[in-house]
Amino acid sequence: MNAELIHRLHFAFTVTFHYLFPQLTMGLALLIVVLKTAALKTGGEEWDRAARFWGRIFAINFVFGVVTGIPMEFEFGTNWARFSALSGGVIGQPLAMEGVFSFFLESAFLGLFLYGEKRLSKRLHWFSAVMVFIGSWISGFFIIVTDAWMQHPVSFDRLPNGQFQVLSFWQLLLNPWGLRQYAHNMTGAVITGAFVMAATGAFYILDGRNQNYGRIFLKVGVIAGLISTILIIFPTGDMQGKFVAQNQPAAIAGMEGLFHSQTGADLVLMGQPNEETGQIDNPLVVNDALSFLVYGTTKAEVKGLDQIPRDQWPTALPLLYYAYHIMAGLGTWFVLLMAVSAFLLWRKQLFTARWALWALLLSFPLPYIANTAGWLTAELGRQPWLIYGLMRTSEGFSSTVSASNGLFTLLGFMGLYLLMGILFTVLVYREISSGPEPKTIAAQAAHAGE
Amino acid sequence: MMGFIWFWLVAVMIVGYVVLDGFDLGVGVLHLFLVRSESERRATMASIGPVWDGNEVWLLAGGGTLYFAFPLLYASAFSGFYLPLMIVLWLLILRGVSVELRNHTDLGMWTALLDALFGLASTLLIIFFGAALANVVRGVPLQPDGYFFLPLWTNWQPGVSPGILDWYTVIGGLVALAALTLHGALWLTIKISGDLLARTRHMVTPLVLVLTALTAVSLAATIAVRPSSLNNYFAYPATFIVPVGVVAALIGILFFNRAAQPVKAFLSSCLYLFFMLAGACWSLYPTLLPATTGTANDITLSRAISGPHTLAVGLVWWSFGMALAACYIIFVYTRFHGKSDLDSAGH
Repeated sequence: MNAELIHRLHFAFTVTFHYLFPQLTMGLALLIVVLKTAALKTGGEEWDRAARFWGRIFAINFVFGVVTGIPMEFEFGTNWARFSALSGGVIGQPLAMEGVFSFFLESAFLGLFLYGEKRLSKRLHWFSAVMVFIGSWISGFFIIVTDAWMQHPVSFDRLPNGQFQVLSFWQLLLNPWGLRQYAHNMTGAVITGAFVMAATGAFYILDGRNQNYGRIFLKVGVIAGLISTILIIFPTGDMQGKFVAQNQPAAIAGMEGLFHSQTGADLVLMGQPNEETGQIDNPLVVNDALSFLVYGTTKAEVKGLDQIPRDQWPTALPLLYYAYHIMAGLGTWFVLLMAVSAFLLWRKQLFTARWALWALLLSFPLPYIANTAGWLTAELGRQPWLIYGLMRTSEGFSSTVSASNGLFTLLGFMGLYLLMGILFTVLVYREISSGPEPKTIAAQAAHAGE
Repeated sequence: MMGFIWFWLVAVMIVGYVVLDGFDLGVGVLHLFLVRSESERRATMASIGPVWDGNEVWLLAGGGTLYFAFPLLYASAFSGFYLPLMIVLWLLILRGVSVELRNHTDLGMWTALLDALFGLASTLLIIFFGAALANVVRGVPLQPDGYFFLPLWTNWQPGVSPGILDWYTVIGGLVALAALTLHGALWLTIKISGDLLARTRHMVTPLVLVLTALTAVSLAATIAVRPSSLNNYFAYPATFIVPVGVVAALIGILFFNRAAQPVKAFLSSCLYLFFMLAGACWSLYPTLLPATTGTANDITLSRAISGPHTLAVGLVWWSFGMALAACYIIFVYTRFHGKSDLDSAGH
């Protein structure tokens, strides 16, 4: 049993499960601000009830994000001790800043938002929603700063004992890789929020109840969805892709399955990369398109894996290829779906176009898959490096934690998270089923008498 | 100088966590056996509902600060204490989920399960945290490269090759249990009313007596297990104010509880925790993690600390960030001051 693999799986599994929650938190936080702003401006009770409804779902989602997030901060030390001992001076800072700046902010104002509506003015309650949004987006920023430094180390030097030290605080925070990654990642979170809201709206219309709320959710979800699904491709996806190509040639070659360097490189839309033969089986090809995407001209040469030393190839090549293609493929579906839905909305036909509502309803899990696939692409593309060009993954995991101990706790997490996943689904479905209208007096009285 | 400053800043974060999340955990213990009706359960949950999550943040902020200021200690301790840390993580998950679900959703019969999980997880967390502190004081089998790995138990003796649990660390766990149950009870006396308030106040005196006994035992045990614990005190005799402070705080709790001044009683409890933790830190300084395998293997401040530039950069944003956090934490606590609203527990 390979200790390195177990520690990789341990971190990958726990962080993948964790990130299912913050992406909705960050996306919804923005949309709740939209709802609260509408409530403040129009004075409409419906908008406030909509905000309260999504606040209940937000609260459930937020706590699952918090409890699955705490292990992540610990896991740098428990499973990746050698990496942490050397890099703490650099990335320990944004991780600590996440705690000091955004977690205090989020939790303080979320407490006010969820518990304090009766104790606060309308304006202050709106303000607490804004603070939760800012807190969660700052949180995302510091995590991205951490990952961006691992992908593209900037502004550091090394002490005699091997420890990395940050040179410029601002250069660390404004890492050009990080800025692109942040824009792309946060847009992805908005997509998740938008799709979940739109799907809920579609569900209510199709099911024939809470129709007024269904229309609000569809409007907000589809407009936010249209904007975000465009921005995720252009400019954020395009900018990130080009930067990866310039700075991590092995990653882009792996993502595209480009075994052989090519001038006028073809884009392969789908196929199965075959590491033994160095080819893609069953390729669907668009001629010259890869060169165009990366360099803006079909005449450019794109570096293939043949120009990269074998010990610097990404270690899980087919998985990297599929992750990237799943992300990009879904991204294409997203923008098509939202463009059509937005058009129908504009023509006042969306609420009666049942085929479109079904498409929106069934698409709600897809952003989760796309966001996960995107992160897999980023982390697998960086391999075999833990800190790009400076430390290999094989050099970073905890030397005193055996594969057996790692597997023990990995199985523990898998079991616990399986139960939690089921619990989460049940809870959120109950809230959606129950709907935004306050319970009737009779139901409330029966409830209080328990 | 930077090392000295950061040692105490990390200590502040740890003390902050224990003082704040400590009462959430203590309320959890009491929730298991002290509360008798559904409305009392709602009241105790409402007393921590708006603040528990922010309190827990101190653990994360403290962990992150430890990571960047003392990366070798962070890496060594977290990988060495791997198994109990993972168990702590699972308990934190169970505690967090049970509190939020209890407060936000109506789950009928399942509420009883959540209550049990909340109480059990809180109790175990307190014992683990107490044992963890005792582990640090007792020392661990560090290798020359700075790493170690502790099994959950070996022969229950503190020695060269101890486990996480031995008779000394179990005492640590029990002290923590008594201290934080008391701390939680004193928080409740501020936030609740009625019959539950009376019962809680009656618990305080017996709890203080048990805690005093356990504190004395743990002090004696510490000197037995680690004779060098008092060296810093004797070198700077003014620091004997710390044990004096511990005693004064315990007296304060008794006095202010009798006088029905719950806020002052609670603050006395905060002082008890502060002096106990500060006292432990001072007994170790400048060693961060002692080695049972010989002092040459100790992880000391100078060995673990980050470079001076890193620390200087950190001091700037940390001060700014904590000042900002203090502002909105105070804002939240003052918004929710006084007895907790029952109908604000949940939506």
